[in-house]
Amino acid sequence: MSNILEVRDLSVSYGGIQAVRGISFDVPEGQVVTLIGANGAGKSSTLRSIVGLVKPAGGSILFQGEELKGNPTETIVRKGITLVPEGRRVFVNLTVQENLRLGAYMRNDDLLKDLNWVYDLFPRLKERNWQAAGTLSGGEQQMLAIARALMSRPRLIMMDEPSLGLAPIIVQGVFDIIREINRRGVTILLVEQNANMALKAADLAYVMETGRITMKGKGSELAENEEIKAAYLGKARK
Amino acid sequence: MKKQTEAFVSVALIAALLIVLFVLERVIPSTSMLFTVLKKGAIYALVAVSMNLLNGFTGLFSLGQAGFMLVGAYTYGVLTIPVDQRANVYMYYDGGLIQFALHPILAIVIAGIIAGIFAYLIGLPVLRLKSDYLAIATLGFAEIIRAVFQWDKLGPLTNGSNLLRNYPSYKSVLFYFAASGVCIALIVLLINSTYGRAFKAIRDDEVAAEAMGINLAHHKRIAFVVSSFFAGVSGALLAMYQTSIQASMFKSAMTYEILLIVVIGGIGSITGSCISSFLFIILSEWLLRFLDSELVIGGFKVPLLRSGFRKVVFSIIIMIIVLFFRQGIMGTKEFSVRGIYNRITGKGRKAQKGGAADE
Repeated sequence: MSNILEVRDLSVSYGGIQAVRGISFDVPEGQVVTLIGANGAGKSSTLRSIVGLVKPAGGSILFQGEELKGNPTETIVRKGITLVPEGRRVFVNLTVQENLRLGAYMRNDDLLKDLNWVYDLFPRLKERNWQAAGTLSGGEQQMLAIARALMSRPRLIMMDEPSLGLAPIIVQGVFDIIREINRRGVTILLVEQNANMALKAADLAYVMETGRITMKGKGSELAENEEIKAAYLGKARK
Repeated sequence: MKKQTEAFVSVALIAALLIVLFVLERVIPSTSMLFTVLKKGAIYALVAVSMNLLNGFTGLFSLGQAGFMLVGAYTYGVLTIPVDQRANVYMYYDGGLIQFALHPILAIVIAGIIAGIFAYLIGLPVLRLKSDYLAIATLGFAEIIRAVFQWDKLGPLTNGSNLLRNYPSYKSVLFYFAASGVCIALIVLLINSTYGRAFKAIRDDEVAAEAMGINLAHHKRIAFVVSSFFAGVSGALLAMYQTSIQASMFKSAMTYEILLIVVIGGIGSITGSCISSFLFIILSEWLLRFLDSELVIGGFKVPLLRSGFRKVVFSIIIMIIVLFFRQGIMGTKEFSVRGIYNRITGKGRKAQKGGAADE
C-alpha cells in the first residue's frame, strides 16, 4: 500500500522552543492513523505545520510525492488536505449551510452534490441547515466541523482532538463517523488524548512524547502494550 | 412569497421613496431643515455602512473612517474647482498646482479610488495588528492624514489650512439618495458574495477561516480598501453638501459619531446602520437643537439648557445603549420586505425549515 503522506525529520519551533524535534512518520492511503500523546507532546504543532498554519523549522512533508513545506494553507487545502481544528471552531454567527459552503471555499465547482453527501452522513445537520452554528450543541458543532472539512473534498483529513469536551456517548458517535468517513475512501490522521478510543479506531498508531515519536505499531497492538496501558490508558500493570 | 414579488415590492418602495422626495422638493422651500437632515443622513448612512463592512462583517475594529472621508473630500474639491476660480481659492499659493477641472461624478469616483489607495498603503503595516491595536493605529493614521493635508508645503495642492470652496455641487436631495443608495447596494452585493461569506468567517474565527484556506491578509486588505473607497465617496458627497472643506472638520470626533451610528443600528446590520444614521442626524441636527439654547418659560429659566448640553445628552444615550442595548436597533438582523411580509402573515419559521440544499 502506498503512503499518501510521508513526514521526514519534521521539526517545529516557536521562538526558540522546540515543539517538534525531528519526527518521521507515514500515513498509508485509505487508513486511519492516529498520533497519541500527552499535552504538549507536539501533536497539534505537527498537524498545523502539515497544513501550513505554522512554518516548519526543518524536514520535509511529502503529500502524494509532492513537497508541501513552504506552501501557503490555501494551496495545501486545494491539493487535498484539510484540518479539523482543535476545539471545533465553527463560525458561530453563520448558518450551518454557510459553514459548509466555507469549507469548500477553495473550490468553485458545483457544491450541491457534496452538500447532499454530507447531509447524508450527518442527517442532523440537514435538520439544522438554517440555524446559526453557535446554537448547536457541542456534539453537533463537532459534526459540523468535520462536515465542513469534508466539503473541500479532501484525500486526507486531519482531526485535532475531535473528542475534546464531549460526553462519552457523543464521543462514541464521533468515532463512528470517523470510521464511516474512512470507509467512504478518505484517509484520516487523528490526533487524540483519548488514547483508548483512538487506538481502537486506528489501523496504525504513533506515540509522541516531548516532540519525538517514541513508539509505533498497529492500533490494536499498542492498545495491548503494557507501557501504553500504564501511561495513557489509565490501566495498572498486571 | 416568491422572489420575484419580493424584488418587485422592493423596487416599488424605492421608487415611491424617490417620488415622495421629488414631490417634497417641489412643495417645501429648499431651505427647510428637512432637506439638510435628509442629505446629511444619506451621506452618513453610506459611511456608516462602509464602517460596518469592516467592524461588523469582517471583525476589523478600525477607527480611520474620518481620515478616508477627508481624503475623499479633498480629492473632490481639488479636482472640481473651476479653473477661473482657482486663483481666488488658492490666493496664497498662486492659484495652486492643478489647472483643470473634472466632471463632479468622475471626481467622486476618483475620490473613492484615492481613498482606497491610501487605505492599501496604510493597510500594509496596520492590518497585521489585531483588535484594539488596529483601532489605535487606524485612528492615529487618520490624524496624521489630517495633519499632512494641512501642511503648508502641500499648499499648492491642498490649499494648506485654508478652505477649499467654489466647487460645483448638486443641490437636490435626490442626488444624495441615489449616490448613497447605489454605493450601499454595491456593498450589500459584496457582503452577499462568497467574499462576504469569507469576511464573516474571518470575523467569527480567524484560525478556522485560515484552516479552510481563506487567505487572511488578502481578504482583510480587500475589506479595508473597499470600506475606505466608500468612505472616500461619502467624503466627496459631504464636501458637496457643505460647499466648503477644511481639514479640521474631519476630527476623530467624526469617526466616533459614525461608530455611534453603527453601534446604535446594530453591528452587522446594513439596514440598521441606515435607519440609525437618519435617526442620529435628525436628532442631533434638528430635534435636539433646543437643548443648546437657553429657554425661559414665563420668567422661569429651565436649568441645564445651554450651549453644549446636546453633547451631554448624547453621551448619556451612548452609555445607556452600551449598557442595556448592545444589540442596537437591529442586532445582526436585516429589515426586508420578506421579513415584514412573514411577520404580518405569521409565516417564515416554517418556510425556512425543510428547504435544505435548495439554494
